[in-house]
Amino acid sequence: MEYLDTIAQVLASTIRLSVPLLFACLAGLYSERSGVFDIGLEGKMLIAAFSAGAIASVGHSPWLGLLAAVGASVAFALLHGFAVITHRGDQIVSGLAINVIAVGLTAQVGSFWFEQGGQTPQLEQGERFLEVTLPGADALAAVPVVGQVYAQILSGHSVLVYFAFAMVPITWYVLFRTRFGLRLRAVGENPAAADTAGVSVTRMRYAAVVCCGVLCGFAGAYLSIAQSAGFTRNMTAGKGFIALAALVFAKWQPVPAMGACLLFGLLDAVAIRLQGTPIPGIGVVPVQLIQAVPYALTVALLAGFIGRATPPKAGGVPYVKER
Amino acid sequence: MSARAGDLPWWADRLIIPVLNLALAFLASGVVIWAIGESPLECAQIMVAGAFGSGQGIGYTLFYATNFIFTGLAFAVALHAGLFNIGVEGQAYIGGLGVALASLYFEFLPQPVIILLAILFSAAFGAAWAFIPAYLQAKRGSHLVITTIMFNFIASAVMVYLLVNFLKPAASMAPETRTFAPNATLPQIQQIAHGLGVEIAQSPLNLAFVWALICAVGVSVLIWRTRLGYELRTLGASRPAAIYAGMPVVRLTIIALMLSGALGGFLALNEVMGSQNRLFLDFSGGYGFVGIAVALMGRSRSLGIVLAAILFGALYQGGAELAFDKPAITRDIVVLVQGLVILTAGALENMLRPSVARLFAMSAALGQEA
Repeated sequence: MEYLDTIAQVLASTIRLSVPLLFACLAGLYSERSGVFDIGLEGKMLIAAFSAGAIASVGHSPWLGLLAAVGASVAFALLHGFAVITHRGDQIVSGLAINVIAVGLTAQVGSFWFEQGGQTPQLEQGERFLEVTLPGADALAAVPVVGQVYAQILSGHSVLVYFAFAMVPITWYVLFRTRFGLRLRAVGENPAAADTAGVSVTRMRYAAVVCCGVLCGFAGAYLSIAQSAGFTRNMTAGKGFIALAALVFAKWQPVPAMGACLLFGLLDAVAIRLQGTPIPGIGVVPVQLIQAVPYALTVALLAGFIGRATPPKAGGVPYVKER
Repeated sequence: MSARAGDLPWWADRLIIPVLNLALAFLASGVVIWAIGESPLECAQIMVAGAFGSGQGIGYTLFYATNFIFTGLAFAVALHAGLFNIGVEGQAYIGGLGVALASLYFEFLPQPVIILLAILFSAAFGAAWAFIPAYLQAKRGSHLVITTIMFNFIASAVMVYLLVNFLKPAASMAPETRTFAPNATLPQIQQIAHGLGVEIAQSPLNLAFVWALICAVGVSVLIWRTRLGYELRTLGASRPAAIYAGMPVVRLTIIALMLSGALGGFLALNEVMGSQNRLFLDFSGGYGFVGIAVALMGRSRSLGIVLAAILFGALYQGGAELAFDKPAITRDIVVLVQGLVILTAGALENMLRPSVARLFAMSAALGQEA
C-alpha cells in the first residue's frame, strides 16, 4: 500500500508541475499557429509571476495579482507583436530580447520595491490561490481506486489547475471549430491566401499574440501565487522553454500538448522524488539525466526519429503585403 | 535585409542606425532608472567613468569585451551562412570542458603548450556540441533554433552532472574544479606588461583578449577573402543559388555551425583559464545570448563586432560600478539594458530605418534643387 501512496503523490505533483507548462504551451500554440514564433514564453511568464506576486502582496488579493500578471504579460506580448508584426523584426531576436528584459526588469524593480534581494514578500493565506477540495472528495476517499484517484490525485488543487485543463478543449474548439480559429490558422499557413480572402493578417496575428499573452499571464501567476507563496528571482527557471519543447513535441496540437506537458511534468515529479534514492535493479539515476529528457526527446522528434513535427508553414516569416 | 539597406548609404546603415537604436535603448533604460528615483544622467556619468575613467576600469571593460568578441564572432559566422545559432551559449559552456581538460590533466607541460592545447580543446568541444544540431539541420531539416535551444539546456544538465559527480574535488562541496596550477592559466596582460617594464593597473584582462582580436581578423579574412567564406556567404544569401552552383550545402552548413561553436568555445579561455582559473557552474552566464546583439549591432563585420563588444563590456563594467555606488540599483540593470539593446538593435531594427531613409531622400532632393 505504501508504494501506491507514493504513486498517488507523484501523480498529484505531476498535475501541479505540468500546469505552468500547459498554460505556456497553449499560449505558444495560439501564437505559433498564427505564424508568430515565440521563444519569449519564458520572459512573459517571468514578468507575470513577478507582477502577480507583487500585486497580490500589495493588494491582498490573488485575483488582483492574476489581473496584474495577465496585464503585464499581455503588454510584453504586444511589444513582441509591435516588433515582429508591425515592424517585421526577427521573431527569434525579439523573443530573446523579451526574455532578457524580463530577467533584468523583475530583479531590478523587485529588489528596489521590496528590498528583499529581488523577491516579493511571503504571501498570506488569503493572498494566494489555495487548494480546493472537489465536491464529495472526502466521502469518496475510502472507495478503492476510483475514490482514491479522485480524492488524492484529482482533488486538492487550486482553481488555476482546473482552469488550465479546461483550456485544452476550449483551445481545441476555438482553433478548430470557430471562424476565428480557422482564420488564425490560415494566417499561419498561408497569409497571402488569407489576405486575398479579406482577412487582416496583422489583426489576426495581434489577436493571437494577445491570447498568448493572457495564457502566459496565467502561467506566471500560477507559479508565484498558487504553487508558491511569492515570487523569487528567475523563478520560471526554463519552464517557458520546456513548454516550447512540449509544443514542438505535440506537433502544434492542443490535446497532444496536454499529453506532452503531463509527460514533462511527470519527469519533473519523478526527478524530484528520486533525488538520490536508488531504484531497485538500476541504481541511482542522475537527476540531470531525467531533467534533460524533455529536451532530448524534442530534438529526436524534430530530427524525425519519432514521428515528424511540421511547424506552421508561415511561422517565423513576417508578412509583407506587397513588394 | 540587404535589399532594404539599399535605401541608405552604407555608412548610415552601419553607423547612424545602430547609434539611433542604441540611443533608444538607453532612453528606455533611463526611464526605468528615473522611475526608481535616481538621476539617469548621473548614472550615465558613473557608468562611463567606471568603464573608461581609470586604467583598472578600462582593463575590466576589455576583459568583458573579450567574451563578447568571441560570442559575437561565433554568431556572425553562422549568420553569414544564413544560420541562426542561438546555441552559442551552450557551445561556449561545453567549451569550458576542453579548457579544464587541458589545464587539469596536462599541467605538467610548459605553459605555451598548455595554452595551445586549451585553444584546440575548447574549439573542439564547442564545435562538437554544435555538430549534432548542425547535422540535424543540414541532413534532416530540423529547426535549428529549437534544436540549439534544447542543446543549451542539455549542455547545462551535462555540466552540472559532470561537475558534481566527476570534476569537483571529493572534499569540496562547491560544484567546481580545483584551481588550476599557475602554469596552466593564461597570463594576465598586467603581468606581461610588468615583465616588459611597463606598469598598468590590476585587472583580469589576459591573453585571451589578444586571441580574440586575432580571431576577429581571422574571421574577417575567412569570410571575405577565401573560397570557403564566399561559399558560406552564397549559402546565406540564397540557398537555391548555392545548390545550383554545385556548392556542398550540407557540408557548408555543418562547417559554418562548427566554426561558430569553436569560436563560442573560446569564451572559456577568457572566463575559465584567464580569470577564475577553475571551471565552475554557469560561467557562460548569458554571454552567448548577448553575442547575438553584438553581432547584429556590428553588422556581422569584425570591426563592428569588436566595437560593439567594447560597448557591451563598458556596460558590464560601468554597471558594476553603478550598482556599487547606488544602493537602489543592482547589477540586474545591466541585464535590462542588454535586453533593451537586443530589442532595439535586433528586433526593432527596421523601425527607424524608413524615417532615416526619408530624411536622406529629403536632403538629397533639397541638394538637387539648390
